[in-house]
Amino acid sequence: MPDFLTLTLGGLTNGAIYAALGLALVIIYRATRVVNFAQPALALLCAYLAYSVNRATGGYWLGLLVALVAGGVLGALTERVLMRPLRRSGELAPVIATLGLLMLLQAVSGMIWSAEPKSFPYAFDFRGAFSPAAVFVVVVVLVTAGAVLALFGATTLGLRMRAAAFKPEVASLVGVKVGLMLTIGWTLAAVVGALAGVLAAPPFLSPTVLDAVFVYALTAAVLGGLENPVGTIIGGFGLGVVLSYVSGYVGPELVTLASLAILVLVLTFRPHGLFGRGVARRV
Amino acid sequence: MVSQEEIQAAESRAGGIRSGRAPRRAALPPLVRHLLWALLAFAVVVAVSSVVDPFTNVRVATVGYLLLAAAGLTVLTGLTGQVSLGHGAFLFVGAYTVALLVTHVPSLPFWADLLIAAAVSGVAGVLTGAAAARLHGPYLAGATLALAVGLPAITQRFPDFLGGSNGLGFTVNSMPAGLDVPTTRWQAWVVWATVLLGMVVLANITSGRVGREMRAVRDDEVSAALAGIRVGRTKVLAFLVSAVCGGLAGGLQAFLLGTAAPGSFTPALSLTLLAAVVLGGVGSLWGALWGALALVALQAGAEELAHGLSLRTDVANFLPLAIFGVVLIVVVLVLPQGIHGLLRKIPLRRRKDSHVEG
Repeated sequence: MPDFLTLTLGGLTNGAIYAALGLALVIIYRATRVVNFAQPALALLCAYLAYSVNRATGGYWLGLLVALVAGGVLGALTERVLMRPLRRSGELAPVIATLGLLMLLQAVSGMIWSAEPKSFPYAFDFRGAFSPAAVFVVVVVLVTAGAVLALFGATTLGLRMRAAAFKPEVASLVGVKVGLMLTIGWTLAAVVGALAGVLAAPPFLSPTVLDAVFVYALTAAVLGGLENPVGTIIGGFGLGVVLSYVSGYVGPELVTLASLAILVLVLTFRPHGLFGRGVARRV
Repeated sequence: MVSQEEIQAAESRAGGIRSGRAPRRAALPPLVRHLLWALLAFAVVVAVSSVVDPFTNVRVATVGYLLLAAAGLTVLTGLTGQVSLGHGAFLFVGAYTVALLVTHVPSLPFWADLLIAAAVSGVAGVLTGAAAARLHGPYLAGATLALAVGLPAITQRFPDFLGGSNGLGFTVNSMPAGLDVPTTRWQAWVVWATVLLGMVVLANITSGRVGREMRAVRDDEVSAALAGIRVGRTKVLAFLVSAVCGGLAGGLQAFLLGTAAPGSFTPALSLTLLAAVVLGGVGSLWGALWGALALVALQAGAEELAHGLSLRTDVANFLPLAIFGVVLIVVVLVLPQGIHGLLRKIPLRRRKDSHVEG
């Protein structure tokens, strides 16, 4: 029988990663009402870049930095090239476009780095119940989440971004550059996503490794109501712990289905998530 | 609301004509008309399958089951507006049902296996639909994606019964004793006969009252409910129809390949099917045909290209996925109505005097 404490701590570490990737989804959803299905592939490409830099330099930190920068560039490019032309073309088009990008980037990663799993290093020693590597993951995610919340809540830039998201016309009337704010939002989200990708990659990186992580991240974001960063962080950690119990006591192969069951159950009773407020839909 | 375009499209389907001004041909009942189309299509398939090599016959059959899967997804996503990223899960259910039946109940004829596979995946569809009827937009997409990622993993849970990651291999001896044709040709016939029967049913469902109710739900749920349409029931019905088609398609795929393995039912399959629907043109069963043809053609083209340029295996393996991704992006950006939307415009440009849809 697996140790309860070990499972809980392991769950918190995984949950931190779900929370980070979920946060990336929420930042974009708040700004554009689009769920970025390309997020796992953007994060994947960044993680692979980190892998190559790690291999070349032998260290960890330069790889992480490269991944974060690459994430920002990719996020900005995605917004400018792909999403902006689709701003007025209905609900389905952005979903399809991000799915197309997901397939393309996943395929490109597979072409460059092959489908064979590559061993990816941890930042610190990963042995033990609550190892330095696990502490690093949790702390980094909490600090990042705090920084994102502070950015949105306590800076002029954050205020402008919120204004551009909620009332684009009014925001542009009072001098907010709405387009620039959207680009910044996508850049920020992709950087957070790249961080999540690098944290999620160990021990092995392969083109489909983030598929399941993305499902959990999306579940965490939905539990939080898709618009609520704090709810997403809590949802991510909570989901990580619950899924860790499922994996330990029931079986690791049922984790994704358990995540689906949680998603459906919560949405049946709380259609806007555990922490979301019901918003009247335009009819 | 039903748009003007759709009323005209419905009229043109009902009357077999394109413009209100043209003289009305004697209208056949839709079922007879769809059956005639299906017979014609089957004749074409038999003719084509008789002149091409066995390898191409497998491709012909592949177009068939992809058509049925894409058509089911068209009913769900195109007509009813429920974006599903997990259609592959129903193919998974159908394929494993057929594999299990062939292995454990060899006395059953193959058509009975297919019927049971359709029924089992129909049950799966109703369950999914009942759970998903309250979800919309990104919530539904996320839940169905979780289904696509999570369901194939149950093969690891029951490695003895479901064969683990290797899946189940089997052989179907479905060919009648007196018939002497190559196996792949016979397989193409079986696949297409099933697919066309399914398409006749689909065409009948979608051109009648149920189809109109689905479109009404897609366009505006509140108005549809006000007009007396039971929105939840319509959505569950759409899931049922699409799951039955998906299950049949999966069963046919298993029949064609002689195996059912979790590796065939990745999330990439679900996304590829959605790509086929979008590329062909959402909202029309014809779009599913163009989409299925395009998928197989792109796959074949990618293989030829990889072979011709003697690309590395990694590059060659991922080339189709990359091409589908690019195609999706390009279609969304420059051709939002898909191939069918493009085809529909071509003959109309020549007839300037008729005010038809466009």
